Amino acid sequence: MILLAVDWALVLEKFIFIAFIITVSLVVALYMTFGERKVAAWIQDRVGPNRAGPFGILQPLADGLKMFFKEEIIPTSSNKILFILGPSLAMITAMLTSAVIPWGDKVELFGRTISLQIADVNIGILYVFGILSLGVYGIMIGSWASNNKFSLMGGLRAASQIISYELAMGIALIALIMITGTLSLGEMVKQQQEGWWNFFVQPLGFFIFLVCAFAECNRTPFDLAEAENELIGGYHSEYSSLKLGFYLFAEYINMFISSAVMATLYFGGYDIIPFYDESAWGFSANIMALLGAAALFFKILVFIFIFMWVRWTVPRFRYDQLMNLGWKGLIPLALFNMLVTAAVILFLKK
Amino acid sequence: MQLTNKAKLVDRKPMSIAEKIYLPAIFKGMGITFSHIFKKKVTIQYPEQTRPFSPVFRGLHILNRDEEGRENCTACGLCAVACPAEAITMDAAERLPGEEHLYREEKYAAKYEINMLRCIFCGLCEEACPKDAIYLTETFAPANYSRQSFIYGKDNLVIPHPKENPEAFTKAKGLIDERKAKANQQM
Repeated sequence: MILLAVDWALVLEKFIFIAFIITVSLVVALYMTFGERKVAAWIQDRVGPNRAGPFGILQPLADGLKMFFKEEIIPTSSNKILFILGPSLAMITAMLTSAVIPWGDKVELFGRTISLQIADVNIGILYVFGILSLGVYGIMIGSWASNNKFSLMGGLRAASQIISYELAMGIALIALIMITGTLSLGEMVKQQQEGWWNFFVQPLGFFIFLVCAFAECNRTPFDLAEAENELIGGYHSEYSSLKLGFYLFAEYINMFISSAVMATLYFGGYDIIPFYDESAWGFSANIMALLGAAALFFKILVFIFIFMWVRWTVPRFRYDQLMNLGWKGLIPLALFNMLVTAAVILFLKK
Repeated sequence: MQLTNKAKLVDRKPMSIAEKIYLPAIFKGMGITFSHIFKKKVTIQYPEQTRPFSPVFRGLHILNRDEEGRENCTACGLCAVACPAEAITMDAAERLPGEEHLYREEKYAAKYEINMLRCIFCGLCEEACPKDAIYLTETFAPANYSRQSFIYGKDNLVIPHPKENPEAFTKAKGLIDERKAKANQQM
């Protein structure tokens, strides 16, 4: 008696795709560390890493190897289990979000239609938010387990900052959801392919979302969790070798994923050119899907560059300024944006 | 009294709206940093490229030989006396018959040591020397693993032999002469 028929090919195809996406995000994060150093160097009129391999492209491997071989220290007064759980959690939550992002259109392969999205759940954006807010647990648990005042302060700052900015981010997103009328990311991309990119409809909303994304990723100017001049190193003061590497790496994966989310939500996802029907080019569906994936990847790279660009331009906020901006600046602005959007929708529907 | 033209009056005007919302300033800053991406890089790729020294740069010491390869130093001790850091020590010895091709004068330094950990590279030894024996070159003081290896003996200091190793000699010599010429020109 068969109660549940399992489509093994689907399981296999999803499994391969998950492995592929995880590999891609790891490699991209690896090379983002290199890119960060290069962009920093260019902005400061320097050359940057150029010794390991041609143009220094083996630098991330050398860095990784160094991380592996460094001595690993777990403080005796720390909570061992939580101390190890912290970086793992940061890494896992960073990776999980990639599941609902549509990386491209459908591909025909071996007589099967394969969707380039791991799970097109109809609550996609809620899932992203859920996982994002879990991300702070990695930092908090790590800072608590270190049994160090300065680490704890860093963790506290990270937690309060992420909670504050999550609000403004959510409200900015509600305006977007009111326009699209769906929570599914795949559906949002389809709407943008046929109509306008959401950025042109919601520029203010996008801007609020961008600022909040900076704060959520703990990137400068909002990297209060790791202010080395006040808190030694912040939440990861007690961490060494690969565990520290995991924390830093999780930050880069977070950046990659939030760039992907921003590109998907506001810049048409895998849509190649706005206001243009690409099917006129007459390529087959497979090639179009690949081109779309490449377009999305390009948009992600642009966002990553903006992340780095801002990091090397704007200095870190003071803690009270950060809270002021979040609660007194961005949340009212997001509410205003939401009300205006609602009023316009109401006006147009009548 | 105004000493420089760099003084600026403090501006206590209340901020305009553009200044208050802070964003124009951020975009301006981003424009500045972006323009730096295309500017000329100031990096000197060290092992391949080196930076030219200042004509008055003072690096590691050498002990000079004359054109026939005889050591100039007569172990008079004036450099040791002049040295404010007391880094130089030496033992004098008398030249034996048959050693005329090694030492120019009848007295020579059997042991000549400079402690590079004490040396402050002031160049007073160079100025004190009546025999043109000690010079400061354009070489950096290299790193070492033990303190003992920072004490430079004659094996580290004496210039290469002009006849046995003319290339190294002219190189070492040339650097000095060129430097002196430049320094003289500037004076």
